[in-house]
Amino acid sequence: MIEVKNINKSFGKNHVLHDFSAQFEAGQVNLIIGQSGQGKSVLTKCIVGLLEVDNGNVLYDGRDFSQMDRKERKEIRKEIGMLFQGSALFDSMTVEENIMFPLKMFTKMSKAEMQERADFCLERVNLSGRNKLLPAECSGGMQKRVAIARAISMNPKYLFCDEPNSGLDPSTSILIDNLIKEITYEYNMTTVVITHDMNSVIEIGDHIVFIHTGRNWWQGTKEEIIKTDNKEIIDFVYASKFMKNLKGKLG
Amino acid sequence: MNYIVSIGKYFGMLRYVFSRPERFKVYHTRTFSEIETIGINSLAIVAILSVFMGAVISLQTASNMDSPLLPKYTIGYITRSSTILEFSPTIISLILAGKVGSNIASEVGTMRVTEQIDALEIMGVNSLSYLVLPKVIAAVFFFPFLIIISMGLSLVGGYLAVTTTNLASHEEFVYGIRAFFKMGDIVYALVKTVCFAFIITTVSSFFGYYTKGGALDVGKSSTQAVVWSSICILLANFVLTQLLLL
Ligand SMILES: Nc1ncnc2c1ncn2[C@@H]1O[C@H](COP(=O)(O)OP(=O)(O)O)[C@@H](O)[C@H]1O
Ligand SMILES: [Mg+2]
Repeated sequence: MIEVKNINKSFGKNHVLHDFSAQFEAGQVNLIIGQSGQGKSVLTKCIVGLLEVDNGNVLYDGRDFSQMDRKERKEIRKEIGMLFQGSALFDSMTVEENIMFPLKMFTKMSKAEMQERADFCLERVNLSGRNKLLPAECSGGMQKRVAIARAISMNPKYLFCDEPNSGLDPSTSILIDNLIKEITYEYNMTTVVITHDMNSVIEIGDHIVFIHTGRNWWQGTKEEIIKTDNKEIIDFVYASKFMKNLKGKLG
Repeated sequence: MNYIVSIGKYFGMLRYVFSRPERFKVYHTRTFSEIETIGINSLAIVAILSVFMGAVISLQTASNMDSPLLPKYTIGYITRSSTILEFSPTIISLILAGKVGSNIASEVGTMRVTEQIDALEIMGVNSLSYLVLPKVIAAVFFFPFLIIISMGLSLVGGYLAVTTTNLASHEEFVYGIRAFFKMGDIVYALVKTVCFAFIITTVSSFFGYYTKGGALDVGKSSTQAVVWSSICILLANFVLTQLLLL
């Protein structure tokens, strides 16, 4: 479980996060949704420590990450997997080298064990046999899947995904969403997914946090989000005229 | 004010670059691949430049020696002194600042804007020491070889230029090259080279690492890396010449 307690973050005069609090439970897919520029990425970066919070606390299963020094954080980081918006694969390494990289850096595995683990992770994301490709030779969807394989190679307890289906076609998008859902349940991970894709919300959202003007505006389940009469959520969910009309017809 | 902040940030960066590496074996492999990209791949350009540089220096010297009182071997002597003391270490380092510096800044800058550096940090890797340290070691170790090769080829260039145009004979030029030779000059040049190698790799990495934005900004960082590496080389050259020669 990850607890975020009253965090604030500003860049100069731009106050991005206001007293933000939320809880993300283990074994379920937690979504952070909201319009562009509302602070979703900043929030995740604060949680994983890529940005320092101005004040407030982030707790990983009770361990206060925000108070730790670099060395203590490193131990927690080994339990974190992250899927970046642009995949962030190391482009000088092959697919399998990307997956083996954290193993090489942080475990005492033998070459054969690493190979086995890489093959296992690739199979998990349906990319068996693509070991020797370079990231530049992979399609966007494949890159995302390799990035997932790399993120799970160290058996993380916590998984973060920043807009996992941006730039993907709807069917690939669903594939990635389901993959994230499956591995979350399979390994009982605490998964946090940033998205603004309503399909994903309905498909995989166990717990949903709606962020607006840098505040935790609303939270609940996917059943609740459809019924809510919160104005900002309705504007977000039914952004297009088509959807609005549809909602009107359905009552 | 901005400059002072940047200088502080630069030295702050160096502290992380030289913190203890995580996995020695990984750094070992990385260093060898950097020797290839930074060092071996610069051999050709260094060779070509050096030959022509030496040729022009000796021709210039010969054409400016009007007085019949000056012995012909002066051409060889001046070619040797100027290439060893200044042209090879400083001019070649400036050229390398352009070639290697822009390469480093764009590589590291691209990794920054595509979040590859964030990916390293999330895994718990010290991205600065992982990315920058192998480059610094490779350059500090390999640039002296490049400069020695450059010195040799400059003299060959000078020799060919002067002898083929009959401005001096084989014996005269070779005698000039060997006249009043001090081993200290070579040491002096190599000390400078090591400093320049350090400047090029760390300054360029600095601009790459702290790139903000997108592809366009990587280009800007790359330009800044070359400009500031060159300025720092010239400043360091001035200081080192005073310290070492006087
Ligand atoms: N590194 C940064 N420096 C300054 N401002 C930033 C930085 N990162 C994000 N911001 C600002 O924070 C706000 C929220 O951005 P972000 O979290 O990326 O939005 P999104 O919800 O679309 O992910 C934006 O106004 C953005 O300009
Ligand atoms: Mg974002």
